[in-house]
Amino acid sequence: MMTEHAHAWTEATRKLAAGEATLVSLWGDGQSVNMALSEPGRRDLDLLHLPCPEGTFPSVAAHHPPASRLERTIADLHSLVAVGSPDPRPWLDHDAWLIRAPLGATKPRGEPRPRYAFLTAEGPGLHQIPVGPVHAGIIEPGHFRFHCSGETVARLEERLGYTHKGVGWLMRGATLDRGAVLAARISGDSTVAYQIAFARAAEAALGVEAPARALWLRAVMAELERLANHIGDFGAVCNDASFALMLAHCGILRERVLRACDAAFGHRLMMDMITPGGVVNDLSDDGVYTIGELIETLQDVFPRLVNLYDNTASLQDRTVRTGVLSNALAMQYGCGGFVGRASGRDFDARRAYPYAPYDHLAFEVPRRIEGDVNARLWIRAHEITQSLDILEQALAGLPAGLCRIDIPERGGEGHALVEGFRGDIFVALRVNEDGTIANAHARDPSWFQWPLLEAAIEGNIVADFPIINKSFNCSYSGQDL
Amino acid sequence: MRRTLLEGLRSPLTESGPPLDDPEMTELAREVGRASNAYLGRSLSIRHVDAGSCNGCELEIHALGNAFYDLERFGLRFVASPRHADVLLVTGPVTRNMRDALQRTFAATPAPKWVIASGACALDAHVFRGSYAVVGGVGFVLPVDVHIPGCPPNPKELLRGLLALMNGKKPT
Repeated sequence: MMTEHAHAWTEATRKLAAGEATLVSLWGDGQSVNMALSEPGRRDLDLLHLPCPEGTFPSVAAHHPPASRLERTIADLHSLVAVGSPDPRPWLDHDAWLIRAPLGATKPRGEPRPRYAFLTAEGPGLHQIPVGPVHAGIIEPGHFRFHCSGETVARLEERLGYTHKGVGWLMRGATLDRGAVLAARISGDSTVAYQIAFARAAEAALGVEAPARALWLRAVMAELERLANHIGDFGAVCNDASFALMLAHCGILRERVLRACDAAFGHRLMMDMITPGGVVNDLSDDGVYTIGELIETLQDVFPRLVNLYDNTASLQDRTVRTGVLSNALAMQYGCGGFVGRASGRDFDARRAYPYAPYDHLAFEVPRRIEGDVNARLWIRAHEITQSLDILEQALAGLPAGLCRIDIPERGGEGHALVEGFRGDIFVALRVNEDGTIANAHARDPSWFQWPLLEAAIEGNIVADFPIINKSFNCSYSGQDL
Repeated sequence: MRRTLLEGLRSPLTESGPPLDDPEMTELAREVGRASNAYLGRSLSIRHVDAGSCNGCELEIHALGNAFYDLERFGLRFVASPRHADVLLVTGPVTRNMRDALQRTFAATPAPKWVIASGACALDAHVFRGSYAVVGGVGFVLPVDVHIPGCPPNPKELLRGLLALMNGKKPT
């Protein structure tokens, strides 16, 4: 006899497999698993909870592959096994921790596991190229295993988890203040987006709302973060096509954004600026003026750089029809951010599940269908224009009043979906009655982008991997946690 | 378009070196020119290793290359392999999953070599201290010559740390 929970779980899995819903996340909480789904036309996400007294649950990945790495993570962290899983290999656990199942029935590591088995590709002339975890550039660590035929990539398999720091474990039992500090360091390039997601989830759990001014200031910071990342990456992707001039110009603009952030809020990346209940520092009139000047500079210079891109055929020769991600895969994986929108997936958390102040602001969500490096660059360029528009509106409409309230000490559960520069970030929190964190889960957009990078590289040449990879710019730390 | 391209050339953006507000730094800076010239001929190759950072440190290390900071004018440059490096610039708390790779990178770096631990995590794991997944600061795994504080260290702090290293300290 199936329990009600198990029935709902099975039905949700069916919907995912049929394409009637999108998987937002799948995570463990002690001896149970949770799932969040997005269904078209609904005002909020659907959340499902399934107790696993036997330590098992029915595999979602068996019917819906995007769940696979999340299930492997649940097995690593909670020792809860997805029955029928198509891939039972460990994911974050590289057999280097001293314990197993840090978030479940923890036990000592015990006997070493057999060596990690990479997937294979067979055929005449195929050879392997192992890359990483230490890469050639100034980037995060991860391992890429290429199977190639000559220059052409037949299969890429990613092995991630190298930067796993145990954020979920560190959050458990922590105060919300410490939780916010940890959330700010889940992925440094999205620190603002994570801080907002964490604060909103905490506020939802406690049933409080931050003051209007705080919500608007959060959006100012979020758009500045989006600008800094999009501008920096626009230059970096072009640089990977040996067009260093664009990197030089974009590097200058990015630096100007970071300096404005520093002047306005007191930190170049705006770490530790947002807390449950509001924001840490109010924005002064000088700060508003600084950001206003920045907007003018960017509106003046950036369109000329886009024009330069648009008129450089040798550069587009490298980006057009390179690393194509199909619409079907983007839809199936619920691929967020500019990667999804460049492959025709029309989703932006700021519009799909509007949160203040975005429900009061006018902006467009750009979309293209080609799914190549070029399309991803154009989406970024359009989003830069939109962010500048949003910033102007947000500064003009900035409400007066408090920018922080004290939060009550009580328990509850809450979640939030926030649009970072990379895509939608999901945070789910369960808070104890004494105000400490009982369980925290953060799902980076990269969870549903990394697997698609494997698909996008197929059939391309190895030498194009850097530019394709940079055009996705997935987070290592955000997915490793 | 030509105007855009030439604009950066007309008025250089490069700033003067960071101020040496710390007396110890001033003392070190006096040594820098002579020591680095004598030992390395004003040429120091740096290999960055992320041992588990949140990526915040990497963003600011990248910024060292932009026109405002222009790292290469100090005779410092980033290289793609530890085999070409004099210095390992290590960021992040060392995660248990990265420990082997960090040790192997150090072993692949030819002597004489230095190690800079960059950022609060690289000193003592910062907010990640005590986790089952983290070994600790870089000093737990490698001999550290210089530590650069900050979360993340901004480009000026990074420059100060890099300049401080070139004081002719005996390499490992």
